[in-house]
Amino acid sequence: MNIIELHHLKKYFATQRAVDDISFSIEQGSIFGLLGPNGAGKTTLLRMITGIFYPDEGEIILDGKKFDPLRDSIKIGYMPEERGLYKKMKIGEQALYLAQLKGMNKAEALEKIKFWFQRLEMQSWWNKKVEDLSKGMSQKLQFVITVLHEPKLIILDEPFSGLDPVNANLLKDEIYGLSQRGCTIIFSTHRMEQVEEICDHIVLVNLGNKILDGSVQQVKNDFKEHKFSIQLYEVPSTISSPAFEVINGEANKFVVKINDGFKSNDVLKHFIDQQVNVESFNEILPSLNDIFIRLVEGTKATTRQFQKI
Amino acid sequence: MSRTSLIIKREYLSRVRSRSFILTTFLTPLVFVAFIVGAAFLSVKGKEQLKVAVIDENGFFKNRLKSDNDVQFDFPANVDTSNYLGKGYAALLIISKIDTSKQQTFYIRSQKAIGIGAAQNIENKIDEVVEDNMLQQSGITRSKLDSIHDNSHIAKVVSLEENEGAAKESNQLLASVIGYVCGFLIYLVLLIYGMMVLRGVMEEKTNRIAEVIISSVKPFELMMGKIVGIGAVGLTQFIMWIVLIIVLSAGAQAFVPHDTMQQVQMLQQHNGMMQGNTEQVSEGAQFIFNAQHTLGTANWTLIILCFIFYFLGGYLFYASLFAAVGCVTEDIQNSQSLTLPITMPVIFSFIIGTNAVQVPDSSLAIWASIIPFSSPIVMMSRIAYGVPGTVPYWQLIASVLTLIAGFLFTTWLAGKIYRTGILLYGKKATWKEMMKWAFRSS
Repeated sequence: MNIIELHHLKKYFATQRAVDDISFSIEQGSIFGLLGPNGAGKTTLLRMITGIFYPDEGEIILDGKKFDPLRDSIKIGYMPEERGLYKKMKIGEQALYLAQLKGMNKAEALEKIKFWFQRLEMQSWWNKKVEDLSKGMSQKLQFVITVLHEPKLIILDEPFSGLDPVNANLLKDEIYGLSQRGCTIIFSTHRMEQVEEICDHIVLVNLGNKILDGSVQQVKNDFKEHKFSIQLYEVPSTISSPAFEVINGEANKFVVKINDGFKSNDVLKHFIDQQVNVESFNEILPSLNDIFIRLVEGTKATTRQFQKI
Repeated sequence: MSRTSLIIKREYLSRVRSRSFILTTFLTPLVFVAFIVGAAFLSVKGKEQLKVAVIDENGFFKNRLKSDNDVQFDFPANVDTSNYLGKGYAALLIISKIDTSKQQTFYIRSQKAIGIGAAQNIENKIDEVVEDNMLQQSGITRSKLDSIHDNSHIAKVVSLEENEGAAKESNQLLASVIGYVCGFLIYLVLLIYGMMVLRGVMEEKTNRIAEVIISSVKPFELMMGKIVGIGAVGLTQFIMWIVLIIVLSAGAQAFVPHDTMQQVQMLQQHNGMMQGNTEQVSEGAQFIFNAQHTLGTANWTLIILCFIFYFLGGYLFYASLFAAVGCVTEDIQNSQSLTLPITMPVIFSFIIGTNAVQVPDSSLAIWASIIPFSSPIVMMSRIAYGVPGTVPYWQLIASVLTLIAGFLFTTWLAGKIYRTGILLYGKKATWKEMMKWAFRSS
């Protein structure tokens, strides 16, 4: 079942088609990556999903019903890229205030805050102010505030920036935990290695359009170049074969590209026939990073131009 | 609890609980009192007596030119322009032979220029002596002259207002003081609390918390919550000041001796007329009675009701404009060029207000007290002169209605600007762009 469906969303600003006809849907309980270069329209898209902006055209279906920002705000937790908290307000009060604004009642909110503060070992922070916290600490606090009201849909914009590896792992575990409990997580980031590690499904946007949509595995398969790495125990007498071309390599270690009409077994067969023992044989799938660069490069996305609408 | 009331509650409590609120609430009246006392003290203490040596060529000024706290006249022998400083005089006045048929110029020499007040004072004193001299020459004796002087200062003008048949005593001085104080307070309120709204909005924008909150509430609710919350802070502060004044004046009364208070009550019962036994009434009692009687001539209920209305109306009118500026700027320096078009009308209306205190029924005062940009300050300057005497009912009603319409309009306008501006970073908007956001169709 889909937690959220976007149908032909459009949002035009005075000089920019920020989002130009984007549709996709996200399955409940999945971890979804929204990728794209700077200025691709990610933030505008997220702001429409959180109800901050109204789309010019198109509609959003949340949980089977048409999205109503005020009624549905309790279902959504949003952590913007630029962290925002009141610097002079006590942390406990602040968490309580923001939870109540989401529509929780006081007792319920207090209980949840206590639970999360305990879980992330933040109990001693209650009477401190945000200005007393380090960047990483306030990041943790922001995360707690985002998930406090147990939203069905959690939107995290660059959640790991500024976190040390230990805290980043802690947060990652919480994200996995939330998704196992049925929460859906939308993840917006530039950090492809994190996406590869965490996300089930990705969408890549560029210049306001969707240019890629699929599971991580699927996308990688779609972009594979039939490259394999092979390591042998001995140095083979000949490495030339109609089945593949050697891209680079040393005496007993190569990267090969399989020619059209041949299969991976044809590579193995070539060496086995020579009585050479194969130590390892792996397919090299392109990293998301490579795919991202390949798709975005050359589209002038890095210097997006202002345009007349 | 609705979301807007949650926001109002936070805005209110976070300010009222702060140390600076408690300090300003209790210190501001003290600073005011200290300022008034200090100014009075300086005006008494600050003046030095000017020692003037006089060379009189007429021979009748000696002993008649009267010294006072400001100027001391001496008629030493052998003084001239070269040695008066050495003899300890600050100035030398040479009164040449007087020809009464024409205007005369006398010279006063000194190292520092003589102030305009002192020069006026000396002129008056010389005129007085010349007048005395002329009267005596025409046959009026000295004693006759003195008794005329003593008995001629009898006039006191009390103004009575026509009020549905019954004339009511009014007091111009009190009305002008009330008008001035109320106008000044509203002026302060508009600027201080307006800037507080601007800073609050800007804080939310620069902290980037606006985006978190706007994902739960409408931008308009956030803006209104802030404006109403801060307005409540201002109202609380004023109520505390009024309570403070009442407590302090009650405390001051406790120090007045008991029999003086009884005399004041007697005076009140006889409406100030104590035939025959005036000796029984002490000066203190007379003073308190006069003060109470004077204060009683003002319509306090009307003044306080109007003050609260113009306080809130003016605040709402300007606070939303300040909020609109706050949402497009990220630091206070940048905001200055945008706040200028808002603060200028406030300052102008204060200038018109000080004028209206003196001439409450000039056409400038009347129009400025109806136009919502200036009505909070200017109407408060006029209202103490009396409704419907100086301010007819139609003017008051027109002023109230236009102010309500005015703040509804500015709030609507600011709401539109705020919705776009609060999430826009990087560049400072101009008023022109802000107007475009406000009036576009969506």
